[in-house]
Amino acid sequence: MKNLRTLKKYFLRYKTALITGIFFIIVSNAFTVYVPIIIKDSLNDLQQGIAENKLVEYALLIVGSTLMAGIFRFMIRQTIIVISRKIEYDLRQDFWEYIQHLSLRFFQNNSTGNIMAHATNDISAVRMFIGPAVMYSIDTGVRIIIVISIMSMISWEVTLWSLIPLPFLSFLVYVVGKKVHKRFTLIQEKFADLTTKAQENFSGIRVIKSYVAEEREVAEFDRLSREYLARNMKLVKIQALFQPTLFLITGMSIIIAIWAGGTAVINKTLMIGDVTALIMYLGILIWPMIAFGWVINIIQQAEASMARLNKLWSEELEIADVGEENSLVNEVKGEVEFRNVSFKYGENLPFVLQNLNLKIPAGHSLAIMGNTGSGKTTMINLIPRLFDATEGEVLLDGVNIKDISLKTVRRSIGFVPQEAFLFSETIKNNICYGKPDATESEITERAKIAQFSKDVLEFPEGFETVVGERGITLSGGQKQRASLTRALMTDPEILILDDSFSAVDTHTEEDILQGLRGFMKNRTTLMVSHRVSTVKDADKIVILDKGMIAEEGTHDELIKLNGLYAGIYNRQLLEQEIEEI
Amino acid sequence: MAKKNSSEDEILGKAYDAKLMKRLLGFVKPYKKYVILAILLNILVAGLGPLRPYLTKIAIDDKIFNGDLHGLMLISVALIGALVFQSVIQYFLTYFTNLLGQKTILDLRDKLFRHTQKLSVSFFDRTPIGRMVTRVTNDVESLNELFTSGIVMVFSDVFIIVWILGFMFFINWELALITLSVLPLLIYGTFLFRKKVRESYRDIRKYLARLNSYMQEHITGMGIVRLFNKEKEEAKKFAQINGDHRDENIRSVFYYAVFYPGVELISSAAIALIIWYGGGDVVQNKISLGVLFAFIQYTEMFFRPIRDLSEKYNIMQTAMASSERIFTLLDDQSFIKNPENPVPLDKVKGKIEFEKVNFAYNEDNLILKDISFVINPGETVAIVGATGAGKTSIINILTRFYDINSGRILVDGVDITKVDKRELRSKISIVLQDVFLFFGTIRSNIGMNNPGISDEKIVASAQHVGADRFIQNLPNQYDEEVKERGATLSVGQKQLISFARALAHDPSILILDEATSSVDTETENMIQTAIETLLEGRTAIVIAHRLSTIRNADKIMVMHKGEIKEMGSHEELLEKRGLYYKLYQLQYKDQELVLSK
Ligand SMILES: Nc1ncnc2c1ncn2[C@@H]1O[C@H](COP(=O)(O)OP(=O)(O)O)[C@@H](O)[C@H]1O
Ligand SMILES: Nc1ncnc2c1ncn2[C@@H]1O[C@H](COP(=O)(O)OP(=O)(O)O)[C@@H](O)[C@H]1O
Ligand SMILES: [Mg+2]
Ligand SMILES: [Mg+2]
Repeated sequence: MKNLRTLKKYFLRYKTALITGIFFIIVSNAFTVYVPIIIKDSLNDLQQGIAENKLVEYALLIVGSTLMAGIFRFMIRQTIIVISRKIEYDLRQDFWEYIQHLSLRFFQNNSTGNIMAHATNDISAVRMFIGPAVMYSIDTGVRIIIVISIMSMISWEVTLWSLIPLPFLSFLVYVVGKKVHKRFTLIQEKFADLTTKAQENFSGIRVIKSYVAEEREVAEFDRLSREYLARNMKLVKIQALFQPTLFLITGMSIIIAIWAGGTAVINKTLMIGDVTALIMYLGILIWPMIAFGWVINIIQQAEASMARLNKLWSEELEIADVGEENSLVNEVKGEVEFRNVSFKYGENLPFVLQNLNLKIPAGHSLAIMGNTGSGKTTMINLIPRLFDATEGEVLLDGVNIKDISLKTVRRSIGFVPQEAFLFSETIKNNICYGKPDATESEITERAKIAQFSKDVLEFPEGFETVVGERGITLSGGQKQRASLTRALMTDPEILILDDSFSAVDTHTEEDILQGLRGFMKNRTTLMVSHRVSTVKDADKIVILDKGMIAEEGTHDELIKLNGLYAGIYNRQLLEQEIEEI
Repeated sequence: MAKKNSSEDEILGKAYDAKLMKRLLGFVKPYKKYVILAILLNILVAGLGPLRPYLTKIAIDDKIFNGDLHGLMLISVALIGALVFQSVIQYFLTYFTNLLGQKTILDLRDKLFRHTQKLSVSFFDRTPIGRMVTRVTNDVESLNELFTSGIVMVFSDVFIIVWILGFMFFINWELALITLSVLPLLIYGTFLFRKKVRESYRDIRKYLARLNSYMQEHITGMGIVRLFNKEKEEAKKFAQINGDHRDENIRSVFYYAVFYPGVELISSAAIALIIWYGGGDVVQNKISLGVLFAFIQYTEMFFRPIRDLSEKYNIMQTAMASSERIFTLLDDQSFIKNPENPVPLDKVKGKIEFEKVNFAYNEDNLILKDISFVINPGETVAIVGATGAGKTSIINILTRFYDINSGRILVDGVDITKVDKRELRSKISIVLQDVFLFFGTIRSNIGMNNPGISDEKIVASAQHVGADRFIQNLPNQYDEEVKERGATLSVGQKQLISFARALAHDPSILILDEATSSVDTETENMIQTAIETLLEGRTAIVIAHRLSTIRNADKIMVMHKGEIKEMGSHEELLEKRGLYYKLYQLQYKDQELVLSK
């Protein structure tokens, strides 16, 4: 149960309604237990042969009490179940706002399907605990106390006898509950595997079809399905045992009551109405008892789910935000500096960046080149704080970015990631993501700079064209240029381009660079590229090698240096010379 | 394009649809024996419950009032016997109905997944992945309840009601009729309830589907949300959908809150009638107290399954809606048709011909216009052109991801619509422009779990593309875990793995769609030399922007807005001083300048 303690603060939020709900439970039970008393009285009266006109009174009393009980039962649902829906909302909202601030590492280590399972299945399971489980368990508790007291007043002897089987119930609940918990967790895990498999398969369907891997995929899916079945049946085995045993135990109580009560009637210590009432009371107890088994199940499942949620809530929020009040800078001019920066992706992983020192004055441009995996993407990801440096510091306008609010940092940066991601919305909505109130002319102007507008205008629906998930249905270069337009829309002080023209032909690229030159005046630019033609005009060029700066300088300086850059340059040149011959 | 059939998630079937039910039952057929067993057990067990009040009546009238202690004892033993028997049967009943449900949905799930594997790429273009996932997981899951507690338990409830009615009429038909007199009220109430709940249920489903697709998309795009400082707005958007979902649920709570106490009230009215009317009979000595007692118990028993039936109704409703969505997917015939008698493609030499090919993704908008060309076996052909010119589209139709509007495509002289598309694809390896890596290991990503690809082959392929170097530096080398979409690798590294995958499959035709666009020039050069020997005798199509990559090609095709504008060797095209010449100038002019300094 310890995981469910997390819910305390949510319950407190609705404590008035909750307490009212509990009050309603007590009142409605008072009316419910009154009905057998009326029936008892009427039967006892009948046994003694008493007036017929009293029967009408009894009949009305029965209906009246049930009506009152019903009204309160209505109000119980309107309070407690409604609270459960509200808490479900709160939990899901908190969940979402939390994961929005989790480190990107979290998203890399957890599949999308798994994260979604938290927000749907797990929160639903917890909701079942908050609503039905809480309602029924309080109801059961209250009812057991009231009913057993009344029963004892009628005949404590018969009551005692008939309650003998009940301790077995607690034992059963305890033993089985534990097992249910374990097996349920195993089922949830397998279900997540199944979901992940389907998700991966559908996302990579083109690769699967290309390599004719469909049959293997089906076989693998079938294997997972069968494991899922086996785990489910393991749970069924105990659950199937649970209900009948509960049934047996409670049924025993009633039979004992008939026997002990009947004997008492024969011995003239009780009347038949008393025995009927006792049996009816036990009847009233049975269903809550059986529901109790169900409630135990729900609690176990909620506990398992809450544990998963708690685990997620204990994930570190690596990127600490100082907030806007404490931010040392609120307007960024655009000077970027790396000071002794080293970085690794995990405790046990090697350093990807080592002791970087670099300063880009505001308004200047920096080009980054380097081999695949040399750390270019990693390096520029540190500027908008997608990750934080392991050692050293990154500074904007001479201030450590950790002392500037995340909002200010990111607002001042226009970032075009290496892999373009678009939402499955209209092109316009995608482009205006960072500036929803952009005017038509702003949109066309920026789309022109990115050389995207001519493509869009050829689409039958223009900027209103809806793209597929992740921008599928656009060509590779179109996606990149849409992503570039989106970054230009926000008028950033710093523009970061991570190999953003890799799928764009040289001609279009040249046009884009031409357009950007005007746009980038007085803005800081960082661009990663493999093409000499793209980088040669930069104020400074940096060559990364295995996470270290191997060379830096202007094009001319680096050519003179005759190192790595000159190598790249000559390679392209050499090819050309061979060509000329 | 993407949202065309988004209303599909909002389908709300009828609670009972004979056609759907028949199809569903088709899946149960192999497990007929469990169904028959369950129904038999049900008939047995259903009578045992209603037997108890009858035995109790005998205990009261015959034993207790006659002071027959021994008889009371015997009846108690009989009651215990019935109870134990009932419990044992209940166990097996639960077990077998669950087994039935699990096996049935396993079959259905496998069948559905198998079906999705046949659907065309354009189907996936327009269908959100989250929706497909929901079909094979949650929708199928909700049928489980139909099979375990739905169908079989409906029988059980009906049987119980029949038994109770039997006992009631057997004991006293007048009182039985009085008990039943409240029934019309109950039926009317249930009807009303179902109608309301149905509407509200539809809305709940709708909001849930929205919640799911929102989350799916924004979890994958979380980086973008952050970079654009949109956390607050996105949280608000999320709150909107989340709140709609909550409010609709709260609305439905109301109906339940009225319904359950309502049933209680009606059943108490029946008891009141029995006390009033039956009590009069007792006074007049027409019936015994035991009868009255039995009827009170029967009334309680009688209303429970009726109340449960409406709960079963909800299960049916959910299941019918799910199965309608499932069958819609199963019936979707968006296939790329395979010929009935495919022409075998034994040893592909690699000749590729396009004859007047026209192609559009969406009917009205031609993307490729009148494309004709021939690639001879063993030739390397490069395709160049602006982005969006249609280069990738050519590849897409060559492998029959999409079918063309008019014209013909031939491989080794055979129309590709006449060969088994899987055989066709097995001869071609493509490095797709959009790299996709699967959850698994580096090894499984290169070999694609193909048993025909040895470990040596995997390593050799990685060496050819220069991926081996970085793989050797990983803690677990080829067994290093690859996360969702290869999240922990750099983009260039992903491309290299994808390239190695293509080589490992030893294709007759190799297609590289901007396969090294994110790779540095040094590695690219290295790959070029390495695969030169590999390409010997194979046909290759290379799409690239860096002229250094393509100038060695036997033939270069220059595309512009869906048409082939120029075709020929590097020298020929330079001679021509056309589009290609301009491209070439552009890429080298700066270097020449420096050189001339
Ligand atoms: N999220 C991550 N977790 C672990 N390792 C990573 C992650 N992202 C990148 N790496 C590794 O860090 C190195 C540098 O990657 P990256 O900066 O993307 O290179 P590139 O210079 O090609 O952009 C690579 O070896 C890559 O495998
Ligand atoms: N799946 C698709 N559905 C609809 N349109 C598409 C799809 N894929 C590409 N297109 C459109 O077809 C045109 C050609 O795209 P493509 O062949 O990918 O160009 P590229 O020459 O850059 O490879 C583009 O305008 C693109 O928007
Ligand atoms: Mg990179
Ligand atoms: Mg392309």
